[in-house]
Amino acid sequence: MTDSSGSKSMSIIVTKGSLDWAYPPFILSTTAAAMGLNVTLFFTFYGLSLLLKDLDLKMTPLGNPAMKMPMMGGHMGMPNFASMIPGVDAGATVMMQNMMKKKGVASIPELRALALESEVRMIACQMTMDLFEYTLDDMIPGIELGGAATYIEVATQSEINLFI
Amino acid sequence: MADQTLDAKGLNCPLPILKAKKALTALPAGATLEVLATDPGAVKDFAAFSRTTGHELVEQSVDGNVYRFVLKRKA
Repeated sequence: MTDSSGSKSMSIIVTKGSLDWAYPPFILSTTAAAMGLNVTLFFTFYGLSLLLKDLDLKMTPLGNPAMKMPMMGGHMGMPNFASMIPGVDAGATVMMQNMMKKKGVASIPELRALALESEVRMIACQMTMDLFEYTLDDMIPGIELGGAATYIEVATQSEINLFI
Repeated sequence: MADQTLDAKGLNCPLPILKAKKALTALPAGATLEVLATDPGAVKDFAAFSRTTGHELVEQSVDGNVYRFVLKRKA
């Protein structure tokens, strides 16, 4: 929505809640807000977990043949069966977090706080909140509830609409 | 000499931009902010940030692996 101040708008539908997939919506929303855009994030299905007060993001190499970690000068993927072994997903999560810290990549709690601070509007999908039995008490303050029509209204007024 | 310096060395995308924006907001119009960064992606990103926001990129240089940008807060 190009508002009275001439600002453009961006909306993102956020459907994924793993550590790796949490990055694109928060990176793009904080950057767009820093560049003067009005930003709305619509969290639905597994994306809802990114709004939980208690963030406990994990990731898994399962079903992701493209996930290759830098290791001993090369890159190493993991066969699907490895994810069945207890501790492998936890290990992959810790590995990713350490790698990000070492490379100066912001953490998700940090980016989420920056998004809130820069007035990114966050809408939690009412239907999936009910489906997964979450209440607003489970979520960080400052978010609102809405449905498909709420999102569509935002989308009709935005120059950029993304689905992640 | 810029009015303020922001050390964003060692930080990766999008932190140099986010921190620069925060620092610019706190400055008066026309004041300059020097940003030091080691993220090679910052070169294209600060140019895009400047074009989109109107905060002018008045200087840009590189010394070894450190990129230096000077932004002027728009009026």
